[in-house]
Amino acid sequence: MAGEVNAAGLSVRVRKEHHSGAVASFVLDVNLEAPPGITILFGPSGAGKSTLLDCIAGLVRPDAGRVAIGERVLFDIDGGVNLPPQQRHIAYVFQSLALFPHMTVEANVVYGLADTKDPRKGQRVGEILEMFRVEKLRERKPAEISGGERQRVALARSLVTLPRVLLLDEPLTGLDAELKTSIVDDLRAWNAAHKIPILYVTHTREEVDALGERVIALDHGRMVSEGTPREVLDAPRRRRLAQAAGFENLLRGTVMDLREADGVMRVRLANSASEIEVPLGYAAPGQAVRVAIRAGDILLATEQPSGLSARNTLEGKIASLERRGTLVLARVDCGVIFTVHLTPGAERTLQLALGKNVWLVIKTHSCHFVDD
Amino acid sequence: MPLVLPPTVLGFYMLIAMGPRGPLGGLWRTLFGHGLAFTFSGLVMASVLYSLPFAVQPLIASFEGVDRKLLEASAILGASRLRTFGRVILPLSVPGIITAMVLSFAHTMGEFGVVLMVGGNLAGITRTVSIDIYDRVQSLDYAGANRMALVLMLFSFAVLSLVYGINRRFERRLWSPWPAR
Repeated sequence: MAGEVNAAGLSVRVRKEHHSGAVASFVLDVNLEAPPGITILFGPSGAGKSTLLDCIAGLVRPDAGRVAIGERVLFDIDGGVNLPPQQRHIAYVFQSLALFPHMTVEANVVYGLADTKDPRKGQRVGEILEMFRVEKLRERKPAEISGGERQRVALARSLVTLPRVLLLDEPLTGLDAELKTSIVDDLRAWNAAHKIPILYVTHTREEVDALGERVIALDHGRMVSEGTPREVLDAPRRRRLAQAAGFENLLRGTVMDLREADGVMRVRLANSASEIEVPLGYAAPGQAVRVAIRAGDILLATEQPSGLSARNTLEGKIASLERRGTLVLARVDCGVIFTVHLTPGAERTLQLALGKNVWLVIKTHSCHFVDD
Repeated sequence: MPLVLPPTVLGFYMLIAMGPRGPLGGLWRTLFGHGLAFTFSGLVMASVLYSLPFAVQPLIASFEGVDRKLLEASAILGASRLRTFGRVILPLSVPGIITAMVLSFAHTMGEFGVVLMVGGNLAGITRTVSIDIYDRVQSLDYAGANRMALVLMLFSFAVLSLVYGINRRFERRLWSPWPAR
């Protein structure tokens, strides 16, 4: 492949306020370093992920801060530097992809090479089309190819320019998992040779799991955590993030007592007599808290279980059963409503029906303490 | 301005400007040796001014109708504003450009006030079909007026269907889900 290997990281410090009237309705205030390789930006919609990418690409002017790739400064409020998008050497794939509808696949890919004097231009286009497995579609228009193919073309169009940073704004939304994986594999293969920082924005947990080496979680315009996918997803620090991370159960409760020797505390769930045991957190007895539990982490039994290591068993009645693809979503009324995921097979064997008495079994460490 | 100005008023001002002592007429005379008023060139000039707003509005509307994301994508791919305009905005605005052409054509075709003021009514030079119809009605030649009206109607209809045919084919070529071949 052409292009030298450069290991320049992206460093971003931006602040951007959106105003509605006189008050700032939304403030983006982020300070991050992205080394070469994939960094995931994760957060619920409205967290400021796209605005952050727009600031980096030069489509939106931050109110303050500095954006640089290695030593090359793209934006610096103090130095009065603000390069236009054309000069930043940043590639950006939007969620809508924004392929030019009136141009063929090939014309789309060549578009970014207009000013390139490289005599091997044609060869570069051929190589990138092949790399992303769309060389057979050269003559087609974007409307004539499938969604996955369009996503591949959008990547090829961006990467043929040999950018210094790649920004991806949920580019693989709407693709099935297998197709997603194959596109991501091709992207990784490309980046093994070029080693540029890739910022990948997503709000779905599956993509974080599948892609992530490094995850930065964003909420309300701020970074709320940073680390491996496990670290970020499994310890939600904010409620909205907990919802985004797939915690279907988010329950209000009151801390009853702390058992520091056991490393747990007991929480009484609001409006019910049920108490559950959760890992010890920074809380005092009497404090109102929220507990996040994933629907897939709850076991369901039709008889009262005994001899379990799990500390939390709650009795309840089935309030609703709903089939969602290969998943059964059960709502169980234990004074508060729990959402539980089952397989259709389990639903059959347990002969679940509305109104049936069941017991929920929840491990202490599946209960996540969320401060409000 | 030409959008709200009565055609006769616009025509009157154009006539003054184009007259031998007007700025436009004087300039024209030094360049080409003859005046502008009551000539075909003068007529064209006045019509352009009169119909321009009818062309500009659909043009602007269609330029603005181009997806902003495409323009951003173009900028990020290194294209200057000019290149973005030429390669993205213009080709995607073809339907709007054609609409602008149809509108201003139809508008000019039926124009009366400006034409009469600036061009007068000289057979073979500035007598447009609309004025000819008016002329014949004035001299009670209803059969002749009818013939000319029919000519104008058929012509308008032919141009209109031709232009919309081209427009449709363009749209299909640009966004068709089926291969163009």
